[in-house]
Amino acid sequence: MAITYGTGVPESKATSSEEFDRRLRRRRRSEFIFACLGLLATSVGLFALAILVIDLAMTGLQRLDVSFFTNYPSRRAGQAGILSAWVGSLLVTIVTGLVGVPLGVSAAIYLEEYAPTNWMTNIIEINVSNLAGVPSIVYGLLALGLFIYGFGTGRSILTAGLTLGLLILPIIIVATREALRAVPSSLREAAYGVGATQWQVTKDHVLPAAMPGVLTGVIIGISRALGETAPLVTIGALSFIAFLPPSPITLEFPFISFAWLFEGFTVLPIQAFNWVSRPGHDFQTNAAAAGLVLLAITLLLNGVAIYFRYRLRKRLQW
Amino acid sequence: MVAHVIPQPLSTLETRDRPVNQISEFKFSVPVSTHEPAGRSVKVSAKGVTVHYGDKQAIFPLNVEIADKSVTAFIGPSGCGKSTFLRCVNRMNDMIPSCRVGGQLFMDGANIYDKSVDPVRLRARVGMVFQKPNPFPKTIYENVAYGPRIHGLSRSRGELDEIVKTSLEKAGLFGEVKDRLHDSGTGLSGGQQQRLCIARAIAVNPEVILMDEPCSALDPIATAKIEELIDELRENYCIIIVTHSMQQAARVSQRTAFFHLGNLVEEGETTQIFTNPGDERTQNYIT
Repeated sequence: MAITYGTGVPESKATSSEEFDRRLRRRRRSEFIFACLGLLATSVGLFALAILVIDLAMTGLQRLDVSFFTNYPSRRAGQAGILSAWVGSLLVTIVTGLVGVPLGVSAAIYLEEYAPTNWMTNIIEINVSNLAGVPSIVYGLLALGLFIYGFGTGRSILTAGLTLGLLILPIIIVATREALRAVPSSLREAAYGVGATQWQVTKDHVLPAAMPGVLTGVIIGISRALGETAPLVTIGALSFIAFLPPSPITLEFPFISFAWLFEGFTVLPIQAFNWVSRPGHDFQTNAAAAGLVLLAITLLLNGVAIYFRYRLRKRLQW
Repeated sequence: MVAHVIPQPLSTLETRDRPVNQISEFKFSVPVSTHEPAGRSVKVSAKGVTVHYGDKQAIFPLNVEIADKSVTAFIGPSGCGKSTFLRCVNRMNDMIPSCRVGGQLFMDGANIYDKSVDPVRLRARVGMVFQKPNPFPKTIYENVAYGPRIHGLSRSRGELDEIVKTSLEKAGLFGEVKDRLHDSGTGLSGGQQQRLCIARAIAVNPEVILMDEPCSALDPIATAKIEELIDELRENYCIIIVTHSMQQAARVSQRTAFFHLGNLVEEGETTQIFTNPGDERTQNYIT
């Protein structure tokens, strides 16, 4: 019996033909080509982003000091800061979250868990998804007509929060519905099986299990709201503000004031836009610095969300 | 002669007739059975129960009486309607929008499909254990305590602790988990998870326990433990178990019902069904 050495894996009839070899080489080649294309596509995106951030940092980093955060805007670029802008962004974002998150999550729970499946809910579903793609300026126009002329809420933080709250509503609804849908039906059955009502099933089991996904939606929405400029310009956000809204905590009874809701405001992207549109190199530096701050806040928010999601997922062991 | 020409309609006729015969037979035997030492009373009875999923009929008019304090096994090929009927007993089918249940299903003489019956109240009386162990992604303690808590079965923390302990003991799990009651229930092995689910079901103090293939995801050792447990629980509950394992049905049940294509073919003492079935289809299935 002949013994052959060095051929490695014994070849079967199917794999020893020349045709197979030729095809295999071709298959391997197309695999390699796709991997190269994929790498190229990935690096184009990454490269562009990296250049953007590096460029911003090189221009703006020198301007980032404590006084930049504690100064109001000024005619002199060197003394101008973003105090009113970051406070405005913070307050508007808080109102946005308080409006958008409860409304969005409740609507999603209703649509996903309670609403009967019929043509009405189908139409609502399609429209909600479409709303997520409506240009933000349209929300600005809506807010101008509804809140400012209709309800008379003025060019205020409240109006801005309501507008952006509506803007992020579809994003939160879609994400929350996805998250609720991903909860296994066995969990619902388990809870119904011991005699829980639908609301108990939802609040005690389904919603906690969907929480990581809900949180992702909330953060995407909030990040979107942070960067929005167009609808806020439409509702008349100011670009030069040299005062802060009144503090929400007061020394006199009842120690809480909501006067800040009705104050004028500006936000970071508007401040940055204002500086960019000015002549002079110094103001460009300020704009880059404001852009960096905005970027940092967005990254920070995402980081916080990822951390909470990780914590929640760890607690929810399937 | 005719039967050979058109066998199909005749067999359907036969099928539809059978449960009716069954019920009259059973009624006849009720006074007799009360004199038996086992003395089982009827807990759940179905009168002409039908189930439709949309246009598709999943269960044809079905009559059966299920005895209390005993184990009734539902056997039959996949898609025969045994799980569907099981899910009628705690109205779990209510969750499926396209599902319609007809006829009457009595528990202790009251129709559970009556408009006045709140399914939440019903499910507090009819516990369920599912095919795949599905503990809540919470602690072992919380898994068992959840039911009693929402139904307000305990007035104090101490009472709740007691319910959790006795439920876990009845499910034969307490010894294995007593040092880690506050660890996640999903960290247990498959068999332990299923016993946790049984503990969760009995913590609510139900009268009927439905088990939908409770051992199909478990290894033989875990299965043996669950079967032992079912045998112990039989003294206090009416247990209905759906199973694909003929051996399991023979081991744990006192009565067996054979389902085929949405019909209840026959129901009777387990030993009789397995040794001397009355219907050819049962004969073919069990051999």
